[in-house]
Amino acid sequence: MRRQSFSALALIRGALSAHRGWQPQWRKPEPKPSYDAVIVGGGGHGLGAAYYLAQEHGLTNIAVLEKGWIGGGNTGRNTTIIRSNYLFNESAALYDHSLKLWEDLSQVLNYNVMFSPRGVMMLAHTVHDIQVSKRHIHANRCNSVDNEWLEPKQAKEFCPPLNIQDNIRYPVLGAALQRRGGTARHDAIAWGYARAADALGVDIIENCEVTGIKLAANGAVEALETTRGLIRSRKVGVSAAGSTSVVMGLASIRLPLESFPLQALVSEPIKPIFPCVVMSNTIHAYVSQSDKGELVIGAGTDAYTSYTQRGALHINSHTLDAICELFPQFRRLRMMRNWGGIVDVTPDRSPIIAKTRIPGLYVNCGWGTGGFKATPGSAHVFAWTIARDEPHPINAPFTIERFRDGYLIDEAAAAAVAH
Amino acid sequence: MLLIACPYCGNRPEIEFSYGGEAHRVRAAQPALLDDQAWTDFLYMRSNTKGVYAERWRHARGCGRYFNALRETTTDHFLAFYKTGEPRPPLDSLTEAAREAGGPGTAGNTGGET
Repeated sequence: MRRQSFSALALIRGALSAHRGWQPQWRKPEPKPSYDAVIVGGGGHGLGAAYYLAQEHGLTNIAVLEKGWIGGGNTGRNTTIIRSNYLFNESAALYDHSLKLWEDLSQVLNYNVMFSPRGVMMLAHTVHDIQVSKRHIHANRCNSVDNEWLEPKQAKEFCPPLNIQDNIRYPVLGAALQRRGGTARHDAIAWGYARAADALGVDIIENCEVTGIKLAANGAVEALETTRGLIRSRKVGVSAAGSTSVVMGLASIRLPLESFPLQALVSEPIKPIFPCVVMSNTIHAYVSQSDKGELVIGAGTDAYTSYTQRGALHINSHTLDAICELFPQFRRLRMMRNWGGIVDVTPDRSPIIAKTRIPGLYVNCGWGTGGFKATPGSAHVFAWTIARDEPHPINAPFTIERFRDGYLIDEAAAAAVAH
Repeated sequence: MLLIACPYCGNRPEIEFSYGGEAHRVRAAQPALLDDQAWTDFLYMRSNTKGVYAERWRHARGCGRYFNALRETTTDHFLAFYKTGEPRPPLDSLTEAAREAGGPGTAGNTGGET
């Protein structure tokens, strides 16, 4: 299928013809009876995996099955923060791999994902925070990940709305800044990968829920039962975020996952006021400003497991307390919308991108509260794992067996909060 | 916010409670005798059920005691609260009662309790 290419010239041409010439960006095919590989889950991670399978591994007879509509899960529900300043070597390698892919993704996909490396500043409010931040900075630098320490005045120069007075409950004592970090457009990553994968022949099949995983006599994956019929494939990659336990349960595989609601909210749109991303782990707030002008604010997870895609108001309220203290001028802003997504959390807060004990069945899950930033890198190494039936060196440590063998990648302890 | 009926104190708001995760997980009397996989299963693996889930809560800012609850994780409606040590109430009677009360049914659930 010949695809319209996006460029400034195409936009001008579109404007002159009253934008009547734009075509659908991907097909809506009927599922074929059989594929060489099937990805379950049409979020950014799954669509990206399909794209890299087709682009880098030559597997073009593949499908992405999505229960609802593509990008309608956590890809469309997050706060779009991108950074790679993780403590441990394994994490730094994985998240920085992703960050590097973000940097030229718009060009690679010919689709503007609006990646904006405006800087991610993580605040320190206590002596312990300062020590942890500086430890992160040193560890990051050893891994060639940029991160630098800012004193409170420097933090305020970088983010003028920040309140650095010492009369608040948790004064800002400094900040760690990753300048290469920033934000991107959440929907665009799903649409961009969908469009690019479709152009390579990938079938994107929406409203198609997997209801069973059929195994062959030798124990390997043979086919998927779906709400749109039986689909045969010897390679199945599950990339289903909060629903991973349910899908993998169809093959009787138990995982170290719990699914929690995670909420976010946006304010009414205002003129540009907020130049970067600010995060505070200690008092739990993170905020940036979208190109539409809304402040995009991330709240915490609810206490209990749930599949409802909504959470309790007191979680949002708690985050707004912190936002109002750090940025007093936002106190009179109205919040416009809030929503929830279901995030699959592992005990060590690191993902699982791995083979399973069932030949041909692969899983990419456990991204918890911070999967958006990892979308390109996660998809890239997951595609490699599926195509070659062995992990890429970057995701080799992120196995299911690490919990049995004691090789946890304990970003939970490193960040001390959801991240 | 959930309204949680502590079996000792009655209805209280969720913020008085802390969550204790999946219920009815029994620590082996002699963990050293378990093989690595069984110990991993106990420590890390969770049912994470989409449907009716048995879970622990602790009335942390109240009586301080742990108890169990059955909750439908696709709606967050509670079906039952019961004391630690009591058996899990049978599902049939609960869903019947919930349906009569106009509460949540269990239709459409996919994950089964294991």
